[in-house]
Amino acid sequence: MTRSLKSSSTRGKRAQPSAALSAGPTSAAPATPTYGLSRRGLLGFAGAGVAGIGLGVAGDRAAVASLGSEAASVSPVYPFYGNHQAGIVTPAQDRLHFAAFDVSAGTTRAELIELLRDWTIAAASMAAGQEIGEYGAVSGPYDAPPEDTGEAQGLPTAGLTITFGFGPTLFETADGVDRFGIVGRRPAGLAPLPHFPGDDLDAGRSDGDLCIQACSNDPQVAVHAIRNLSRIAFGRAALRWSQLGFGRTSSTSTAQATPRNLFGFMDGTSNIKAEEPEVVADQVWVATSDGPAWLAGGSYLVARRIRMTIETWDRSILSEQEAVFGRTKGSGAPLSGGTEFTEPNFVLTGREDRPLIGAAAHVRLAHPTQNKGMKLLRRGYNFVDGNDELGRLEAGLFFISFQRSPAQFTAVQLNLAKRDALNEYIRHVGSALFAAPGGISAGSYVGAALFA
Amino acid sequence: MPRVLRSARLLGVGVLGVGVLGVSLLSGCVANDPAALHTALTVDSSATECALSANEAPAGSIRFSITNSGDQVTEFYLLADDGLRIVGEAENIGPGLSRDLVVQLDAGNYFTACKPGMTGDGVGKAEFTATKTDAAATVDVDLAAQIDTANSDYASYVSDQIDQLVTGTDSFAAAYINGDDDTARSLYASTRVHWERVETIAESFGDLDPKLDLREADLEVGQDWTGWHAIEKDLWPTEAEAGFEAYSTEKRAALTQQLVADTATLHSKVQGLSFTLSQQTNGAIGLLDEVATGKVTGEEETWSHTDLWDFQANVDGAQVLYDGVRPILLQTDADLAASLDAEFASLQALLDVQRVGDGFKLYTDLTPAEIRALADQVNALGEPLHQLTAALVL
Repeated sequence: MTRSLKSSSTRGKRAQPSAALSAGPTSAAPATPTYGLSRRGLLGFAGAGVAGIGLGVAGDRAAVASLGSEAASVSPVYPFYGNHQAGIVTPAQDRLHFAAFDVSAGTTRAELIELLRDWTIAAASMAAGQEIGEYGAVSGPYDAPPEDTGEAQGLPTAGLTITFGFGPTLFETADGVDRFGIVGRRPAGLAPLPHFPGDDLDAGRSDGDLCIQACSNDPQVAVHAIRNLSRIAFGRAALRWSQLGFGRTSSTSTAQATPRNLFGFMDGTSNIKAEEPEVVADQVWVATSDGPAWLAGGSYLVARRIRMTIETWDRSILSEQEAVFGRTKGSGAPLSGGTEFTEPNFVLTGREDRPLIGAAAHVRLAHPTQNKGMKLLRRGYNFVDGNDELGRLEAGLFFISFQRSPAQFTAVQLNLAKRDALNEYIRHVGSALFAAPGGISAGSYVGAALFA
Repeated sequence: MPRVLRSARLLGVGVLGVGVLGVSLLSGCVANDPAALHTALTVDSSATECALSANEAPAGSIRFSITNSGDQVTEFYLLADDGLRIVGEAENIGPGLSRDLVVQLDAGNYFTACKPGMTGDGVGKAEFTATKTDAAATVDVDLAAQIDTANSDYASYVSDQIDQLVTGTDSFAAAYINGDDDTARSLYASTRVHWERVETIAESFGDLDPKLDLREADLEVGQDWTGWHAIEKDLWPTEAEAGFEAYSTEKRAALTQQLVADTATLHSKVQGLSFTLSQQTNGAIGLLDEVATGKVTGEEETWSHTDLWDFQANVDGAQVLYDGVRPILLQTDADLAASLDAEFASLQALLDVQRVGDGFKLYTDLTPAEIRALADQVNALGEPLHQLTAALVL
C-alpha cells in the first residue's frame, strides 16, 4: 500500500487534490514528500478514470508552474491524452525503459488494433497513477493472477510518460509482406536509416515493428510500465530488444539544468526546448502538409545505442577531452569563451591561428549552423549494462531524438560519423527508427488514424 | 583504422614544445588521498592586468587557476629567473573561461605574465618566488641532449619502418596481382606490421590513412574502398558474407596500383620528420589506444584474423617510443619508469605465449580467457602510460 495512505491526515490531502496541487512546497512538505498521485490513492478516492485525467492535467499545470521546486519536479503527473503524445517535449525525466517489439507471426490486423487499444488503456491508467485492469495488483479474485504486476504499488507516478511508435517493418516486412494492409500509408521517410561510417550495428539491438518509450523519475515506475505492456502483448507482439537508461543526457525545458553524459561533459546545452514553440513546430512535429495525414502532430523517433569506450576516454588527457567536445569539462562553456549558454564562436582563433573550437570538435559538427539549420530534439539517457567479456563497462549513451523528418537525423549523423573527434571513443551498436503518431484522444487509441 | 583525433593530438600538442629545466609535472596514479598537497593560486588575466592571489608559494606542486576576465583570448606564462625561458604556460584561454596550470617548482625566482590577444610582450609581468621547503624535490639536469637523441632515434625508426613497408608492399602487390593468393596471404600480416608500428605517424597525414587502412564498416555510402582491408576481404573470401564476389582482375590491378602509389606518398612524407617530446609520448599512448579499441577486440582484421600481428606491432612501436624517452623519465619520475617497465614486460609475456613460428595464433583461435588476460594487461599498461606526457612535458 502507499506510504502516503498510512495516516488519515494524508488521506485528507489526497482527497483534495486541487488544494494539494496548488499548495506551495512548504505547506505540503511535512507529511507528503511528493505531489504525485499514488496509484491506490487515485484508485481509491478519485475513482473513475475521467477524474484521473482531469487531475492529471491539473497536476501537469501545477508541475510546470512550480518547476524548480523539488517536490513538484520529482513527481508531476503528465496527461496521457492530448494533441501530441507525451514524452516528447515533456521535460526529460531521469529514467528510461525503452522497448522495441515485433508483432507475432499470425497476428491479424484486427488483433493488432486490439493490442493498440489495450496498450492505450493501460498506458493511460499508469500515466494517471492507477494500477492496470479492473482489480489492479491485489484486489482481484484470490484464485487468479493479479492483473497489475504490483511493483509500483505505493510509488508516485514520478512523471511517467508512455510514448508509442511504429517501425518501418510494421508496414512492410523485410521480405516485402504487407501484413496489416497499411503499406500504402507508410511515410516515405520511414525507411531504414542508411549505413553511417563506423556503424557496428547488432541486429538484436536494432529495429522493431513497434516501440514504447517509458520515462519516469522513478526507475521502478518506468520498468513497471514496460513490464505490464509487454505482458499485455503476449501472443500478439513480443519484445525484440529493450534498454534501461539512467541519468537523462538532455534537457528539453529551460527550467532544467543541463545534465552530464558518461564522458563527464554537459550534453544537450543547445537542445530544442519546450519553451520554444516555433522551433518545436518547425523541427519536431510532423505537419499536416508533410503527410501522411495519420502522422500529423506526430514525430519521428530515432534511437541509437552508442557504446562508449570509457576506459580509453578516462585515460585521455584533459586538454584532449575538451578539444574533442569543444567545450570546457567544468562549466560547459564553449572553448571560444563565455559561459554554458554562450553561442560558440567557430572562427575565433588561438595559438598559431588555429580555431579554439577545432574542425573536428563535436560541438562544431553537431551545431545547426553546420547542418543547414537542422536541429534535433534529443532525449537520450546514460546506460551501464554491467560489463563486457573484456572487463570493460558496457556503458554508453542511449541516444533518442525526435524530429519532423528522419532526414534531419541523417544529415547531422552523417556529418558526425565522418568527422567527429568523438568517434575515437564511441561506437554505434544499435539503431532504430519509428514514427510516433500524433496525440491520442480519450476513448480512442494510439495510431487510430492509421487504421481508420 | 582511421581515428580522427589522433593526428590532431600528435601534431597539435607538439606546439607546447619542451619546458623541462628545473621542472617536472605531476605524475603517477590517480591520487587516493584527495587532501590538497598543492598550493592553489588564482590568476586574473584582464585586458591590462595579470593579478595573482599571491606572489610566492612553497616550492612543490602549485596550481595556478587562470581566469580570463578580458574580452580577448589570453595566455599565462610562468618564466624562469631570466625572464625568458618558459617554465609553464596555459594557452588558448577564451574570454570568460578558466584553466588550471599545475607545475612542480623548485625553490627559486620566477616571473609570471599574461598575454591577452596572444601578441606582444604581454601584461602584468611580475616576480614570483617559490620558497624553500624540506620536501621539495630537485630536478636539475640538462635534458636537451637526451631529447635530441630521442627525437633523432625515433625519426630514424619511422623512416626505417616505412622503407620496409614499401619493400613489403611491392612483394605483396606482385603476388596479389599475379593471382598467387597463398603468397599474398602469407605476406599480408608480416608487411602490415611495419604500418602498425608507426600507425600514429602514418595516420597523421590527412586522407592517406583512410585510403590505406579503412575498414569496411567505416565506409560511407558511395565511398570508394581502397587499401589493405579491401584486399584482405578478397584474399579471405570464405570469411566474407554470403554472396561476396571475388574481385575481377581489373579491380585487383586498380587496388594494387593505388596501394603502391599511396605507400610511396607516405614514404615521401615521412622523410625528414622531427618529433617533439610530447609527440613521442603521445605517439606511444596513441598506439596503445589502438590496441585497446581495435586489436584486442579482434575488429581490425575482420577476415584474416591476424589481429595479434597488429597488436604486437602497435606494442613494438609504443615500446620504441617509451625506450626513447625512458632515460629522461628515469630522472624525472623513476617510479613511473619502473611501473612502465614492469607492465610492458607483462604484456610482452602474454603475447609471447601466443607466438606460432614467425607469427601468432589467429584471433579466432584465442580462448575468451586469453583475450581477457590481454585486455586486462592493456589496461594495466595504459593507466601509467597515459601519465607519460604529463610526467615529461610541460
